[in-house]
Amino acid sequence: MDFLLDLINYPHLARAAITAIVIGIASGVVGSIIILRGLSLMGDAISHAVMPGIAMAFLFGSNIFLGALISGLLAAAGIGFVNTNSRLKRDTSIGIVFTAFLACGVLIWARTQSAMTLESVLFGNVLSTSKAQMWQSIAIAVVILVLVVLFYKQLLITTLDAEVAKAFGFPTKAVHYGVLTGLAVVTVSAVQTVGVILVVAMLITPAATAYLLVKKFSTMMWLAAVLGMLSSVAGMYCSYTWELQSGPAIVLVAFAMFLLAFFFGPSQGFVWAQLQKTRERNNIATTERTKEGTFR
Amino acid sequence: MLHKIEVPKPSDAVHATSVAKDPIMTTDVLRIEKLHVSYRGVKAIDGLSLQAPTGQMTCIVGPNGSGKSTTLKASLGLVQASHGTVKFFDKPVAKVRNRIAYVPQRSTTDWDFPINVFDTVLLGTFPNLGVFERPKARHKDIAHVALERVHMADYAQRQISELSGGQQQRVFIARALAQQADLLLLDEPLVGIDALSEANIIQILTELCHEGKTVVMVHHDLSNIERYFDYIIMVNQRLIAQGPVAEALTPQNLKRTFGGNLLGLSDTTE
Repeated sequence: MDFLLDLINYPHLARAAITAIVIGIASGVVGSIIILRGLSLMGDAISHAVMPGIAMAFLFGSNIFLGALISGLLAAAGIGFVNTNSRLKRDTSIGIVFTAFLACGVLIWARTQSAMTLESVLFGNVLSTSKAQMWQSIAIAVVILVLVVLFYKQLLITTLDAEVAKAFGFPTKAVHYGVLTGLAVVTVSAVQTVGVILVVAMLITPAATAYLLVKKFSTMMWLAAVLGMLSSVAGMYCSYTWELQSGPAIVLVAFAMFLLAFFFGPSQGFVWAQLQKTRERNNIATTERTKEGTFR
Repeated sequence: MLHKIEVPKPSDAVHATSVAKDPIMTTDVLRIEKLHVSYRGVKAIDGLSLQAPTGQMTCIVGPNGSGKSTTLKASLGLVQASHGTVKFFDKPVAKVRNRIAYVPQRSTTDWDFPINVFDTVLLGTFPNLGVFERPKARHKDIAHVALERVHMADYAQRQISELSGGQQQRVFIARALAQQADLLLLDEPLVGIDALSEANIIQILTELCHEGKTVVMVHHDLSNIERYFDYIIMVNQRLIAQGPVAEALTPQNLKRTFGGNLLGLSDTTE
């Protein structure tokens, strides 16, 4: 109750909550696409690679969002270039490029005298969200949702079977770069709430939870959006009640939901599968024993 | 149902079509000229030219690494050719994509994707939809009919991850049927599937040919070519021979395609 009252009384808390919710929705939707396309590591790479962009933006006093986006996209392009023009596997290309970007970021950061601490970039500080940042996050989420609804067909077929999509004449390359751009945009906006290190959790954990629970791409995206939103709200509440940092609190709530789905999910839950195995073993053992008994 | 009654024996089909083919010269649905493709500097196809005639059940055969699959992929623009021209229905591929159904090897699909059998078949109608258009009742009917034709209607709500190899391949065939294309290009659809699925697929493809559609299939099993196909294209990085099965499937051509280690027709499949 106190939490609700404070949400009304302290505008910065309300702003933080709205921003966290909106980012939770956007990253759930984009995250679903990312994990089905096998781009989870790419999300991790882009989130770390925004560091030099943010540092440069501070250094030259330009827009932080733009700086972060540019360096995130540059990293994605660099990874793609190294990957297609060498025999290296993709995870290797990703590791090489994003660590180089991160290292640059840390070095440039030391040259800036910014109000933002390195810690708040790495781990997020949702309570310092400005009005402009809130509206920016809302705009990003709306644009992403509209694009996903409009191009659902294209996303579906290029993700399921790129070869066939290409043979059908779908612009697989354009969709791929569109997805990477969406990923970079969401990542950059989520840095505000959970920080560079934990962004990837917002992208993949709610989406992975949804993947365990449902059997349809569109349903998975909606569920991931809801789970992302719930993680944000519950995480904010925990952080408020027990005076925890908001980023880690949000991520751990998302993780708790994943654990629930992993162990107790109705169709693929670990616990039910184990129970069923044990039951089957026991049944067979009993029947075999009875057979032996009747024969003797 | 009519088609089943009218299906002539394969030997009749070859004879009938080769007679009908002679007066009209431009009945090739696919024409490839001087195609060259390389992967990282290694030649996969070296100046291949071939034609696939309309309304025939055609197979492309050749040893491993002879560029059979690459020929299909390059003709559709899925891999880049370094040289050559490809015409489908006398037009460049980009103009006629919706008339060509491509059935890739099963490994290209993500079988863990959250989608059921019906929605997978419905994808076949996508090339005939506008950019923002969603499949309507009409398209769903088409998908249903296609699914029934491959005897998979009972599996409509099943997840694709729960299917056997033969069932997966029949879903692919149903997707190609739902596209209502005039030409089907298939990449080794009979590899690793059960006999029932194979019979079902061959029957459907034969029926399609009798409806005037064309089938071009990359194939590896030499033992059943005479039973299944009307026309054969033998390749080994370039064209070795092509023609009606009865004429072109000769020991000399086989030796030229597969090299000296091929001993006979019946007991060799690779």
